[in-house]
This record gives sequence, C-alpha cells and structure tokens, in this order.
Amino acid sequence: MHELGVVFHIIDDLKEVGKENNIEKIHSVTLQLGEVSGVVPHLLTDAWNWAAKKNELVEGAELVIENLPAVTYCEDCGCEYETVAHGKICPKCGSERTYLLRGNEFLIKEITAT
Amino acid sequence: MDKVRVIEVKRSIFESNDQDADKLRKELRESKTFLLNLMSSPGSGKTTTLTRTIEVLKDKYRIGVMEADIDSDVDAKTIAATGVKSIQLHTGGMCHLDADMTRQGIKELDVTDVDFAILENVGNLVCPAEFDTGSTKNAMILSVPEGHDKPLKYPLMFSICDVVLINKIDVMPYFDFDLEKCKQYIHMRNPEAKVIPICAKTGEGIGQWTDWLSEQIEESIK
Repeated sequence: MHELGVVFHIIDDLKEVGKENNIEKIHSVTLQLGEVSGVVPHLLTDAWNWAAKKNELVEGAELVIENLPAVTYCEDCGCEYETVAHGKICPKCGSERTYLLRGNEFLIKEITAT
Repeated sequence: MDKVRVIEVKRSIFESNDQDADKLRKELRESKTFLLNLMSSPGSGKTTTLTRTIEVLKDKYRIGVMEADIDSDVDAKTIAATGVKSIQLHTGGMCHLDADMTRQGIKELDVTDVDFAILENVGNLVCPAEFDTGSTKNAMILSVPEGHDKPLKYPLMFSICDVVLINKIDVMPYFDFDLEKCKQYIHMRNPEAKVIPICAKTGEGIGQWTDWLSEQIEESIK
C-alpha cells in the first residue's frame, strides 16, 4: 500500500519534470533506492506497472531501480559497517552511539524521454 | 520521431512533500491554528484518547478533528458525539496522509474558528512516519499490549514524534511491558521525545498530556 502512495508521488514529480523540459513521453525512469529506505523494490515495480497505465506521460515506461547499500558509522570506534547485517549496535566495539551514513536515499536519478 | 533524451533529475521523492508540508505549517501559524498529527497502530486507543482529550480541553479551545481512515466513518461518529467539529477523510486505500491531503482536510474543516486541530492519522507505524503532514507537532500512542520493544522495530516513527503516549497502563501487570526499558529505547532514537504514561479508559495521566498540549496551543495562538 505504501509503495502505491509513493508511486503517485513519483508520477506527480515526473509530470512537473515533464512540463519543465517540454516532454511528451517518458520511456524509462531510473530510481536510486537505499537498502533501508523502507520501500520494497518488487512491490514498487508492481505498483508502478499498475499506476503508470493510467497516465499518458508515463504509460508503458520501464522502471529501473538502482539499489544503494546501507552503511552505519560508529562514533566510538570510528568504523563503518553494513547496517542490514548489524543494525544499530557496532559489531567491532559494541557501542550504540551509531548513525546511518547512507542507505535511506530515495531519488529519481534520471529519465529517458522524447 | 524525436530523439530520445536522457534527463538528469536527481530529485528526492519526498522533497516536494516536505516543501509542501513546510508551507502548510506556515499557513497554519498565520491562521493561529495548532495542528496535532496523532499516529499509532490500529487498536492502540487513538479515538478513546482523543475523546478524553476533547472532554478536558473543549471549554478552553475551539477544537476541530479530522479522522483519516481508509474507508469507514466509525471513528468520525464517535468524535462527533463529543460535540466538536469533525470531518472524515478517506484515503481511498492509501496507508498514510501527505501534506496535500492534509491541506484539503484543513480546507474542508475550515479552521478560521479552530484553535486546536487534530489529525487522527491512519493506524500504522510505518508509512505515516515517512510523510510530513505539515502538522505543528507529532504525537504517537504506543499501547502496553504492543510491547516495549516497538521503538526498536519502528525507529523512524519514534524519532519524528515530539511526544509518545504510553496507553493502557492499567493492564501493565498482565503483560511483560517494561516501562523503563521502553523509555530508554525511545530516547535512544529521540532524546528530545516527551514520554507520558496514560490510561485513556480511567483518565490516569491525561492531565499531564493536556497540560503539555495547552502549552503548545498557547504558543501557536498567541
């Protein structure tokens, strides 16, 4: 359900981009999706395939998803580690004083259009 | 046929909603309306807590409630019985409200005679946290039967809330709910969050909650 709402936002953004660039038809949309962005890629694709049919600008456009890995930084020992494997607690020193460096991105990277 | 162009967009999906939310917050500030966005899982006691809150504050402030629901009006009927102005927002299958839907609700509610507007968001601890509604403050309810580990499972929700109400504390003896541990988990995500244990059914702790609300409302309407 969440993915569908997100797809509506993407289509709204694309309509704006379309206007700004004088675009008639979008052929593909490339998204960058962080590993811990909370969006599930295959559900996003399903929602896209459903919603894109209802809008002339993006009808039939392919959705390309680039996954970005999530990395967490530990303030106590200064190391960087994989967020999904270890969560909030640093695997090297056991500290909880950690924060997410990257991995929650959710961007429209580029489109191809005519 | 025209040549296919590649256009770099580099735009965050949430960016347009965030800007819209900031704009709505400013508009509400100008119209001297405090908007509370209340979030929780289904069944945590949002509507009961609201009914209690309204009883305490309705003589002091002009209150308006927006009940967001996927497709029913059960909650709106309960709120209407308290005598305050209320409307039902149907999200049409969507799991959250965004700033634009909130603005439409505010328009329908008509806040020219409302000091304290409340948005009862869709019962869900995931999606509503991702979309800024434009509210002045965010509150959430975590009820005892849900367990004290929820701040670990839904960190984003706990990190965006100004206040966390721990509801149904009357049944604490029957559940393995550790209040101190829960507070600790909340403050790990959000050191600024105010945590208020309440029981909407008996009224315990409601005074502390309505005092906090009154302070915030006074700040917004002066």
